[in-house]
Amino acid sequence: MLTVDSATYDAIVAHARRDHPDEACGVVAGPAGSDRPERFVPMLNAAMSPTFYEFDSTDLLKLYKEMDERDEEPVVIYHSHTATDAYPSRTDIALAQEPGAHYVLVSTRDGAHDPAHDGPLEFRSYRIVDGDVTEEEVRVVPSHDGARRD
Amino acid sequence: MAIELRVPTILRTYTGGAKAVSGDGTTLAELIDDVDGSHPGIKERIVDGGDLRRFVNVYVNDEDVRFTGGLKTGVRDGDVVVVLPAVAGG
Repeated sequence: MLTVDSATYDAIVAHARRDHPDEACGVVAGPAGSDRPERFVPMLNAAMSPTFYEFDSTDLLKLYKEMDERDEEPVVIYHSHTATDAYPSRTDIALAQEPGAHYVLVSTRDGAHDPAHDGPLEFRSYRIVDGDVTEEEVRVVPSHDGARRD
Repeated sequence: MAIELRVPTILRTYTGGAKAVSGDGTTLAELIDDVDGSHPGIKERIVDGGDLRRFVNVYVNDEDVRFTGGLKTGVRDGDVVVVLPAVAGG
């Protein structure tokens, strides 16, 4: 299960909407071993494409050095699909190289990119390990302090 | 002195969990060969044929080697080489 606070959830959705029709991507870092996504880090999609995303290589190095210094890991790796459902594509599965991460997918298709869209928004999370995809429940909590109380 | 190779989580199965290993060589290719000698299998995850894998990034002293000669990039004692899988998808 992925537990994410509502501010982070909203930030991921807002980023996906802002970059539509291109795919948006980023990470939410958290203390190593905590499984708590705490620090929202939107990344530039160097591919600037509606069908592909890739973190810029210089930004990627900077991100990992920063996480290393803070003893963090990428708890969530998110990206959007802008014309298809929020399910990992074959490319997503082939290229997933962080077996410890929650891979979050948001779909902005069918008008969901519009902040005024009042229908359901697809926000789903997966583990992707050695080509195997396992969907998991997403729980949105007011804050991580709240999550620790129950 | 030696050259430090920092290994991403997904490749630490080859290093017994170590975050960094050391090796020698005058080019990136030689360094990877040397490290593969003590950690067999790691090279195949970084190199495909005679080139770096498309979705693996390698940096020598913070420079992406794609811009400095790829596997032919020169290395020397004291250098830090970082391997990071690309974060990418479709």
